[in-house]
Amino acid sequence: MSEVKKREKKVVWAEQPKIGLMEALYLPAIAAGIATTVRHVFSRNQTRQYPEVKPEIPPNYRGVHRLNRDEKGRVKCVACFLCQTACPANCITIVAAPAPKDDPNWKDRDKYPATFELDELRCIYCGMCEEACPVDAIELTSVYDLTGYTREELYYNKDKLLSVFDKTKDSGNDPVRTHRGELGPASVAAPEAANAPPPPGRGKHG
Amino acid sequence: MMNWETLWPLLAAMGIVLAFVPVAGLYMTFVERKLAALIQDRIGPNRVGPAGLFQAIADGIKIFLKEQIIPGHVFKSVYFFAPSIGLICAMLSIAVVPFGPAPTSDTGGFRAIIAPGVDIGLLFLMAISGLSAYGIILGGWASNNKYSLYGAIRSCAQFISYEIPLGLSLLGVIAIAGSLNIETIVASQGEGIANWNVWWQPVAAILFFTAALAETNRLPFDLSECEQELVGGFHTEYSGIKFVLFFLAEYTHVVTISFLTVLLFFGGWHFPGLTGDIQASVGGYLLRWGVLVAKVCVVVAVIMQLRWTLPRFRFDQLMGLAWKGLIPLGLMNLIGVLFVLTLDGSRWWLTGYSLVILLVSGMINVALIQSRLNTSKGARATSEAVLTKGQPG
Repeated sequence: MSEVKKREKKVVWAEQPKIGLMEALYLPAIAAGIATTVRHVFSRNQTRQYPEVKPEIPPNYRGVHRLNRDEKGRVKCVACFLCQTACPANCITIVAAPAPKDDPNWKDRDKYPATFELDELRCIYCGMCEEACPVDAIELTSVYDLTGYTREELYYNKDKLLSVFDKTKDSGNDPVRTHRGELGPASVAAPEAANAPPPPGRGKHG
Repeated sequence: MMNWETLWPLLAAMGIVLAFVPVAGLYMTFVERKLAALIQDRIGPNRVGPAGLFQAIADGIKIFLKEQIIPGHVFKSVYFFAPSIGLICAMLSIAVVPFGPAPTSDTGGFRAIIAPGVDIGLLFLMAISGLSAYGIILGGWASNNKYSLYGAIRSCAQFISYEIPLGLSLLGVIAIAGSLNIETIVASQGEGIANWNVWWQPVAAILFFTAALAETNRLPFDLSECEQELVGGFHTEYSGIKFVLFFLAEYTHVVTISFLTVLLFFGGWHFPGLTGDIQASVGGYLLRWGVLVAKVCVVVAVIMQLRWTLPRFRFDQLMGLAWKGLIPLGLMNLIGVLFVLTLDGSRWWLTGYSLVILLVSGMINVALIQSRLNTSKGARATSEAVLTKGQPG
């Protein structure tokens, strides 16, 4: 019995509100409804005329990938396979090659990616590749309108990924999650960046 | 008997109606989309042509070029015939509706009505609108599809229920004007804005508008084609031109009931300040035409606005509205009209009478709803007793 009493105290009885004459007549309610819709006719519309007006993409948006270049214009990737290993969708395929020894430009590198292929259709845009990258070579940009007529078009190779970097590096919408040029011995840090205090938002891997 | 003098006004009127109705149907879809967009804080179609004006034409071309899909399980002859019945009935009912200022006396020349001076105008209209249910019912039945059949059955019940308040609301107007002829009814409202039927019989005006809206199968009465429950309702299996016919029939109905609402209750082409003979001058004639069309456009806009204002009725609510609400109200209104006519009283008594029956019906409704709430309170008392005393038995 006491159980029932306890349970009863928890029961909340919702009372239906009393209906007035105006509501029972329906017509005033319909008039009020029409007033609402008429008000919306004259209120500001919320449409964005898309192809002409582009949306503002938040800076931490994860869109199409790019392969960064270093200050010498080479691909920054050192072919360490960390992104390929980290990728949960298995969309990255790297073929590494030893850096050309006799070329003075490549003296500071052991390896570089001979090919770097990324299937944009397989990718789930989780961002684990850029998290894994020790030199911040791979990044997810804020390019969102990825389209193509064939599957092959969306199978990005090294040149295509580098061209994404060329297109987006001056867009003023650089990815904020990585800190290019500050990480790892393979990456040469810019002098001022090395002395500067770490930027806010750096994780423990930063 | 039939010479050119009497034939050309007829042909001209038919030409205007036949040219106007499909174009109006096309552009009403555009206006409806635009209005819907505005109500929902959007812009609506604005890509095809200036301000999207050619969207309607593009839609029309597209739907006419659509593939004709004839499902294998349909009853072919009726399946093909049903959409035309719908459109034929919709067009037939326009024949007695003046679409412009039409004088009651036959002075020859053009009168903006296909069949002028039909003394059984409203009776003809009621008969034809009853017939137009066949298009939907046969279409739904011949589709041999349960969704279509459900739509058809619902539509059938709806037509039967709403024909009665439609007729009852018209009877009051007919009794006051003393004629079934629409031109005569309009002429009887001619002397000033106070003579419009809507002031004397506001209840009849509301009943007519509601019942006519139900006859058009538009929201909030579109139970026969509600997408959420019945896919497309009676026209689920229809595509291409056959669908266009159904579609056009619906929009023709909207045009017809808008014209009728204006002609029967809002004074037709009459407007304060516009006096004198209709055909006295071209300017006055065109001005009256403009007045009529403007009034009709307002009614069409209200119909479209209602679509985005009111949710769809549940089926029992739909039937309840007709049988428990509109029909008693229509009968009461008719009794009032007959009393005033018999006692030769001032017609303004009718205005007060209408408001009184509206108020009384509202009070009855309050009482009914409150008694239902009290019943649910009784249910609460029972369940409380169960809670305290434990399960019974």
